[in-house]
Amino acid sequence: MSNPVQGKGSDVLDSQDQVRFEALVLPHLDAAFNLARWLLRSGADAEDVAQEAMLRSYRFFPAFHGGDARAWLLQIVRNTCYSWLDKNRRVREMTEFNEEVHGTPGATPEALAIEGDNRERLTRALESLPPRYREVIVLRELEGCSYKEIASIAEVPIGTVMSTLARARRQLQAALSHPAREEAAHEL
Amino acid sequence: MSCEQTETVLHGYFDNELDALGAAEFERHLAQCFDCTEALQGLKALRSSIGVSQLYEKTPAAFRKKVLSEVSPRRPVTIAPARRNWRWLAVAATLLLLAYGTWRIVSFGRADGYETRLAAEVIDAHLRSLQPGHLIDVVSTDQHTVKPWFDGKLDFSPPVRDFADQGFPLQGGRLDVVDNRAVAALVYGRRKHLVNVFIWPTNERDTAPRSGSRQGYQWVEWRKSGMEFCAVSDSAASDLGELQHLIDR
Repeated sequence: MSNPVQGKGSDVLDSQDQVRFEALVLPHLDAAFNLARWLLRSGADAEDVAQEAMLRSYRFFPAFHGGDARAWLLQIVRNTCYSWLDKNRRVREMTEFNEEVHGTPGATPEALAIEGDNRERLTRALESLPPRYREVIVLRELEGCSYKEIASIAEVPIGTVMSTLARARRQLQAALSHPAREEAAHEL
Repeated sequence: MSCEQTETVLHGYFDNELDALGAAEFERHLAQCFDCTEALQGLKALRSSIGVSQLYEKTPAAFRKKVLSEVSPRRPVTIAPARRNWRWLAVAATLLLLAYGTWRIVSFGRADGYETRLAAEVIDAHLRSLQPGHLIDVVSTDQHTVKPWFDGKLDFSPPVRDFADQGFPLQGGRLDVVDNRAVAALVYGRRKHLVNVFIWPTNERDTAPRSGSRQGYQWVEWRKSGMEFCAVSDSAASDLGELQHLIDR
């Protein structure tokens, strides 16, 4: 897969590329947003970052020489998300990490544990994982990607995908059975 | 966990990523490994829990619009749905008035009004579906994949069949809204054209196909065995007739 962030991009595609872009890349807009949402743990940030990623994919589309368009787009989304996370890490650690994401004040571990809402529980557990674990779960379980696709999106060997998934699932299961203990999960 | 395969090969097996030989070998191991058997149950439970929780984050409409305006600037502008609703309300109000008139008028009036409204609505839905990213929620040419996809998303089970051999390859399906209710939309290819077939349950009696054209699009609508069907395309009217026969068969 060609590196999407290299090469000179154009601002407007010629009509043939425009048609190809709309047919191959745009259908994966939902996948782009979903991945960004989970990597950034915020819908509002995901809108900004996924939009930036879509624009990059548009500019660099002439360098896309066929193959798996979804994996190509998601690789761009992922890279854009990690750049954003790097840039915003300090600010986020001081604010969002403690409040918005990891429980509102008053939501005691006991309250969380007995909370019946499965979706809420899973969301919290998944968000407590480090991004590299979160992304393999999202790509495999929500996006239905094959190991090969995950390998090309995350730019790792296929064997690493399997072992990362194994660790990610174990941590997710642990977070689900002991929501409070996983609060100490690290960023990146 | 003391079995080392629990943290490695088990996942490849669970994800269908092992080749046939590897899978058979692991199954032999699985038959006598308690750790792996238990862990496999755990993985299945986790997956089904994720599945029912619907964690896939819905793309906000405003975001979609913003992105499309930047990377797909020449898309046709859609008709504002609000105005259309008012027109339908007007039609409905007229029909209600007619209902207080004579019984005969209402029986004809309703049919005409219903068809006009339905045709406008399904053609809108058809146009909407042609916008990038809107056409298909479940991409598959396999009816056995598309049909179960609707399970749990609709309160009925639409008939799904592939007619690739007859020149109408099934391309997938999605949920849509017609007549203020969730309906199944099946997408078929017809040469270079796309056909949307909207399906929803009805209590009315079977009716013969009624067809028409509007804004350059053809539609055909019929009821059969408790289901109402409406097919729309920019393909030839004869194509739609052919597809209607195939679906009814």
